[in-house]
Amino acid sequence: MAGPADISAGRAWPMNYLWTHGPRADPATALTWAMIVLSTAVVVIVTLLVVAGVAVRGNRRLTVAEAPVKDEGDGLAWISIGLVLTVIALAGTLVWTLEALAAIDSPARPPALTLEIIGHEWWWEVRYLGAGPGQSFSTANEIHIPVGVPVRVWLKGADVIHSFWIPALTGKTETIPGRTNLTWLQADRPGVYRGQCTEYCGAQHAHMAAFVIAEPAAAFAAWLRSQEATPAVDPEFAAGQAVFQASCAKCHAVRGTSAHGDKGPDLTHLMSRRTLAAGVVPNDVDGLSGWIANPQALKPGALMPATYLSGPQLARLRAYLESLK
Amino acid sequence: MTALESDRIPRTVRVDGDWPGARLEEIWGTAPTLKGWLSCVDHKEIGKHYILTAFAFLILGGLEALAMRLQLAGPERRLLSPEAYNQLFTMHGLSMIFLYAGPVLTGFSNYLWPLLLGSRDMAFPRLNAFSYWVYLAAGLFIYAGFVAGHGPDDGWFNYVPYASRAYDAGINIDIYALGLILLGISTTVGAANFVVTFLQTRAPGMAISRVPILTWGTLTASVANLLAVPSVSLAFFLLWMDRQFGTRFFATAGGQPLLWQHLFWMFGHPWVYVVVLPAMGMVSDALPTFCRRPLVGYTAVALSTVATMALGFGVWVHHMFATGMPSLALSFFSGASLIITLPSAVAVFAWIATIWTGRPVITTAFLFFASMIVLFVIGGVSGFMTAAVPVDWQLTDTYFVVAHIHYVLIGINVFPVVGAIYYWFPKMTGRLLDERLGLWNFWTMFVGFNVGFLPMHLLGLLGMPRRVYTYGHGLGWSGLNLLVTAGSFLFAAGVLLLLVNVVLSLRRGKAAGRDPWGAPTLEWAVPSPPPSYNFAVIPIIASRHPLWEERLGLGGARSKLDEGYLLDRGRETLGTTALDARPNLILEMPEDSLAPLLLALGLVGVFVGALAHAWWVTAVGGVIGLIALIDWLWPRYIHADLEKVGG
Repeated sequence: MAGPADISAGRAWPMNYLWTHGPRADPATALTWAMIVLSTAVVVIVTLLVVAGVAVRGNRRLTVAEAPVKDEGDGLAWISIGLVLTVIALAGTLVWTLEALAAIDSPARPPALTLEIIGHEWWWEVRYLGAGPGQSFSTANEIHIPVGVPVRVWLKGADVIHSFWIPALTGKTETIPGRTNLTWLQADRPGVYRGQCTEYCGAQHAHMAAFVIAEPAAAFAAWLRSQEATPAVDPEFAAGQAVFQASCAKCHAVRGTSAHGDKGPDLTHLMSRRTLAAGVVPNDVDGLSGWIANPQALKPGALMPATYLSGPQLARLRAYLESLK
Repeated sequence: MTALESDRIPRTVRVDGDWPGARLEEIWGTAPTLKGWLSCVDHKEIGKHYILTAFAFLILGGLEALAMRLQLAGPERRLLSPEAYNQLFTMHGLSMIFLYAGPVLTGFSNYLWPLLLGSRDMAFPRLNAFSYWVYLAAGLFIYAGFVAGHGPDDGWFNYVPYASRAYDAGINIDIYALGLILLGISTTVGAANFVVTFLQTRAPGMAISRVPILTWGTLTASVANLLAVPSVSLAFFLLWMDRQFGTRFFATAGGQPLLWQHLFWMFGHPWVYVVVLPAMGMVSDALPTFCRRPLVGYTAVALSTVATMALGFGVWVHHMFATGMPSLALSFFSGASLIITLPSAVAVFAWIATIWTGRPVITTAFLFFASMIVLFVIGGVSGFMTAAVPVDWQLTDTYFVVAHIHYVLIGINVFPVVGAIYYWFPKMTGRLLDERLGLWNFWTMFVGFNVGFLPMHLLGLLGMPRRVYTYGHGLGWSGLNLLVTAGSFLFAAGVLLLLVNVVLSLRRGKAAGRDPWGAPTLEWAVPSPPPSYNFAVIPIIASRHPLWEERLGLGGARSKLDEGYLLDRGRETLGTTALDARPNLILEMPEDSLAPLLLALGLVGVFVGALAHAWWVTAVGGVIGLIALIDWLWPRYIHADLEKVGG
């Protein structure tokens, strides 16, 4: 397994968007900070005005009914001044908003890579659309991109509406069945960036993480080549492959074999992924065994049923899966 | 309400002891029997029923929230299954938004309007009773499914395709769909009643420039309801057709899932203002009483109320910024969503100015109203942040928005409502709520609320999505979530203190008298609790503050409160012109009747039959409803009463 399951290596808040790392997100982040400062100032000022008003003007000697009623000063200046200040703040915000929107609408350079990401209940299908027939492939939940270049992402929905979000790199865009949405992202430095589905989509909406893995060009190219390759089946794992074909192939595909299921993730290079089940467990011996044996215990409501395999069958299946490097 | 005999000029008389009150009590009183209770059309009784029912749903929704907070108190907790959590957050949302926040304000307005406006009842008393029974029925209808284990689980927003049969096959979504259509009937007739009441039954002289701001708030909300509710009722009806009869209004092919979002939010955003404008009106009316001066900027505040609603119809897309619409379209809605801040700013500065130019006397009610200003601004600025599209792409669907919606709904609805309870409870019951317990009540709620909900902003900025039943270790959300849970329980304790205070004060509270606050508006001119007929004679109004004219030393004509039109030939009240409130009609008001309840029961039959596909039940319900309608509309009493009462 490559690296820690949950990255964002060392970041205390891997999902925060107060510090972002790419030109699709950064202009919005600057505006976010400005609006936080402005909003906090407004709240503090209004709170002080209310508290001071009560402290300064409060009448502590008389009951309400006894206190005299007066209509002194029309007080309209408060409304006029307040409105003028509000208009100035709003106008400034509107201009900045439109500028930020224009800045992140599309990348400054043509995208170096185009991906298709499809939201499923409850995982992300990631398709790399190569030039030739052998160069397209599909993986799940982990999105490898080259660092420092814009990547175009077509977003589709397979079942219900999901929403694609990598806080450090891009805001949300829904994946809507029947439509194709467009977004883009760019990571300015290498790293693993966590994201998560943000449109409520049913039982396991909570467990639908996505990871962007931004790598230097060479490392990304190497990863791309390894993913494009169709691994040969090692006869050593034939027994496990038979179990897979009987129990898993209706939903999962492994290229180069007769497993063509497309309901669940493509498992051709399963071992190259860090986590299973969209971030629920690390892809290690325990994680893999536990997930295959009883997915419902880890992710209740997930569409993968328990497989009810015997101990030896499970061991053979796991050995086969562990060969899918 | 029937316009009658407009050429009759009623006698002008002066109230003399219990004359004509005693006679009016005979005409307007309701027998204290079960039948009397079920057939009562008195707006005050209906208003109290609304408030009590809404609070029952508030408590249910609150318990649902506490269960969720226990689940979320730490990472990876297993107290609730995902399905249980999803039903709970859906029921919590729809209970608070549909069954509490709107109806509680309807309850206050129902109770207060005729008293504020100087009338003897709402324009359509039977419609009023019908509106309440249907609301109660819709609430029970939806909760029946939840109790039976078939609660809706797609959020109160109920997005398709998840809400379609392919992904959510049970009866739960059908219950929600039909329940909301039923509730829409209640909301619609209630709104029509408020609009006509405003236009036609204000006391003579109460020009629209003299009505309390609460009536502006409810009038505006009612007009909005008439325009917005059809959108959501239609959406739910089409969804039900899709689910039950295979129509394809929201089918995936062609991207129609977005149609649902448009229809829902075209209703949903105006609804946000429906559940806050009347509450803001309460603050605009009651805060000045404690500040001992008239509201600063009455006209500006009244106009800003209407302006908010007008703009409120043009911002629904800000709930849909992340759906992939073109940037140009988003820019317009972004601009509109920023501009809608302006009328709210008018109200905020008017309240602050009222405090600074008045001499506020601090009571529990005042604290709830004054703190509302701060909570309103917190909910306002977080809404302002979500109006900026690129920022919203990060904020939306995180806990930041959960914080925002709760500062709006609790800050601008619950806090003013609790303030209103402290303010008007003496009018409703004749007893004051306890002030010492009141202070504990206020501070517990205020501290609990802010400890519970302020950290949610930060949770959102740290990336916690909303509507998740759990979250992992290592995401940095655990400590804040524990704090939020602690705060929410403290807040719940505060609400409990309110209930304790109400129960204790009902029995032991200090006698209130007519006007415990020395307040300016008409409801304080009548005894507490008010008699069934409200006003012995219809008052004649000469200013915006009929009870403060002496204190303010206003020149010119004075309002006449114990001298006015005698209307005692059966249940009658005065009709006046829409703008200037010049008398032009005598309105014959209906007797108590079981017909509204019967019609509501018939409707329930129609809907239960539709839910179960038991069409004979629908038919029976329809027939019952028809019989009720015939009875309702049968013109039997008008002339009979005239003869009985004589000249």
